[in-house]
Amino acid sequence: YVAANQMAHPRDGQFAAISAANAQEVTPQVAPQADDAAQAEAPAETAAADEAPQAQTQIAAAEPAAPSRDGGYGLGREAMPEEIAAWDIDIRPDGAGLPDGSGDVWTGEEVFVEKCAACHGDFGEAVGRWPQLAMGMGTLQSQDPVKTVGSYWPYLSTVWDYVHRAMPFGEAQSLSPDEVYAITAYLLYLNEMVEDDFVLSKETFADVTMPNADGFFMDDRETAEYGAFSAEACMENCKDSVEIAMHATVLDVTPDEPSDAPPESEMSESNDMTGSEADPAETEADAAPADGEAETQAAAEPAQAEAPVETAAADAGAAEAAPTEAPAAEAPATEAVAPAEPDPELAAAGERIFNRCKACHQVGEGATNRTGPELNGILDRPFASVEDFNYSTALTEAAAEGRVWTHEELSGFLADPRGYLKGTKMSFAGLRSQEDIDAVIAYMQSAGAP
Amino acid sequence: TPDPAITDLSQQPWTQYLGDGVDARPYGMPSPYESHVIRRDVPWLTADAVSSVNFTPLHELDGIITPNGLCFERHHGGVAELDPGSYRLMINGLVDTPKVFTLQDLMRFPRENRIYFLECAANSGMEWRGAQLNGCQFTHGMIHNVMYTGVPLRLILEEAGVKTDAAWVLAEGADAAAMTRSIPLDKALDDCLVAFKMNGEALRPEQGYPVRLVVPGWEGNMWVKWLRRIEVGDKPWYHREETSKYTDLLANGKAREFTWAMDAKSVITNPSPQAPILHGPGPTVLTGVAWSGRGSIPRVDVTIDGGITWHQARMSGPSHDKSMHRFYYEFDWDGGPLLLQSRAHDSTGYVQPTKDMLREVRGENSIYHNNGIQTWAVNEKGEAENVEIT
Repeated sequence: YVAANQMAHPRDGQFAAISAANAQEVTPQVAPQADDAAQAEAPAETAAADEAPQAQTQIAAAEPAAPSRDGGYGLGREAMPEEIAAWDIDIRPDGAGLPDGSGDVWTGEEVFVEKCAACHGDFGEAVGRWPQLAMGMGTLQSQDPVKTVGSYWPYLSTVWDYVHRAMPFGEAQSLSPDEVYAITAYLLYLNEMVEDDFVLSKETFADVTMPNADGFFMDDRETAEYGAFSAEACMENCKDSVEIAMHATVLDVTPDEPSDAPPESEMSESNDMTGSEADPAETEADAAPADGEAETQAAAEPAQAEAPVETAAADAGAAEAAPTEAPAAEAPATEAVAPAEPDPELAAAGERIFNRCKACHQVGEGATNRTGPELNGILDRPFASVEDFNYSTALTEAAAEGRVWTHEELSGFLADPRGYLKGTKMSFAGLRSQEDIDAVIAYMQSAGAP
Repeated sequence: TPDPAITDLSQQPWTQYLGDGVDARPYGMPSPYESHVIRRDVPWLTADAVSSVNFTPLHELDGIITPNGLCFERHHGGVAELDPGSYRLMINGLVDTPKVFTLQDLMRFPRENRIYFLECAANSGMEWRGAQLNGCQFTHGMIHNVMYTGVPLRLILEEAGVKTDAAWVLAEGADAAAMTRSIPLDKALDDCLVAFKMNGEALRPEQGYPVRLVVPGWEGNMWVKWLRRIEVGDKPWYHREETSKYTDLLANGKAREFTWAMDAKSVITNPSPQAPILHGPGPTVLTGVAWSGRGSIPRVDVTIDGGITWHQARMSGPSHDKSMHRFYYEFDWDGGPLLLQSRAHDSTGYVQPTKDMLREVRGENSIYHNNGIQTWAVNEKGEAENVEIT
């Protein structure tokens, strides 16, 4: 086995220092000999904190590790080459792992618009809070850094690997190598890194240098912070006075408490730890469950999508923006006779199939518009009838003809969305079997009943 | 007047009438009076619940162990629902013999039981630019502390035989994000576990059932859930979660990468915005949790006057390496306003910094790894609010 000091690292030096420091920390300086691990641990658990806390750590660490066995335990079996090929799909910065194939910018645009643009926008500019993929150059030092493939990502291999591994969202690993090459080429084009005649392949891969390739450095907290953050702590007369500099309640971006309050209790006063009394801002807020989300949408406007972290970008100024009213999400009032109750078994089967729709659509209590419109009462609902949803022209034109989402219309659409309704923004390949279609309709009918 | 809760039998039906027999709840659930104790999310944080996070209700818990159903969730492609019968773990790359293990195979290796915290690198990330969310559940709830049962990754790698030029491993999940992270080999051989139990029972689906990786003290994103593959290599892979995400952008536009160990941190869980003081002046229990990715927490200081005077808190409960620790500070509340803070010291001598000390070094764009000291302002009514102070 490789000892820690043999470890190669792309940016060595700093890493070695950290590694050595870690090694010291996990090794007890004085490991007490304990015949019985259980006995050794018992005093640690009961010792008062001010009695040699160091000793507690050492005792805990002294427990013997699960033993290695010379030559191993003889468990498991050898992996076959076909099995490794099926799972080992990772790509490295040096191009290791790239399959044969190629893709050009124009093909990439076609595939991207069909499979990616619903969330990322036709030009990688992002829809809603989904990640922006293009531009943002020169923003990394600003108040509002825009981290895209072009402005931030240090390695092209990461784009290929991630698109192939996890995209399109909800239909992972469905793209062919040529499609991934083409999408990657288009992303380079959108970030003004290549011309429109560029073809990406295993061979041209190494020619591309990412603009922010030198923008990263190895964790240096050990030297940059540790000294300042391990000074003697002041205990008395540490400052003359204290002022509050900023209040969170001014922003009012904390979600409301859940509407399903605990049952009435004789001891409600002392049991009520839900904090509704504690938050002055909440007394003015409407208690309706959906409102919390709707109100905070405004605050989230500047937050880049996906990782919760990026929400740090929802800074004070933006969060103070006036809350918007919740879009009315009620099902349109139709005089139609209520459809027959769906078969519960069929609906249950449909719930699993609906997982493929959930990336863009919500159905059920509190459903709101996402990338796609909410689907409550979709069966026998007029086309394009959800207020505040920005439908494609294809949908609004069909609505103008008075079309209604009957079982037949839904079936045709779900089998082949783009073929059935040319110009729809819904980027979904379609469900293959009528059985699946019936099931998912039954699920939407039962979950989204008024 | 006598308390009818004592004197009036009709108000104590449990005393008069029989309750449920055994098996009424084959898998036990909390009392209905505890139905408000749940994980919560902040919907505006993310584009979609499938790739999102929710938060552990720290203000409702005590001791150091997080109950399984309350451990915060973070998924990148939703919860994968794996069938344990078809579960496989593959080891490949720079090894003498690439291997495949079933769950049954894993259960035949020697096991260890360890209590570790798991903190998301983004915990408190919404607070970099100032006080924003009102409640320790939201500011500090991307953490849980659980006892894992698992096989040292070392034993599984030994089974395949790691080649001498190996220096890194890549851990990969079976979910729809096929989550990957590069981990240095020395960490993999040191204390990482391939775990299948949490707090004694099988992992919950949302925590990686049937098998997850445990990477003690290091950022939660590396603890790959639904673990399906470990590849051994000589260089890091620089995948999405270690370049585009989970890197710390500093004020000068450069970003730190591979910031694995979680710095020492603490938070007062009670009182806090979701847990106000309801009892009025008099004896008051202040409590909170502290942890460090570099060791244990021998000491926590607490102030109730905004940092003019500090008091050493009382630690209570087991003190384990890279585990959560519980502290208490009991005082007589005079009914006046309070400014509460806690400050953790870890076993390496690191002292939890103020938010301003962190901003001095890192600016405000870092997003991840915010371990600054948290302040709660308590008013005369006992209500608490998330604030920043001078």
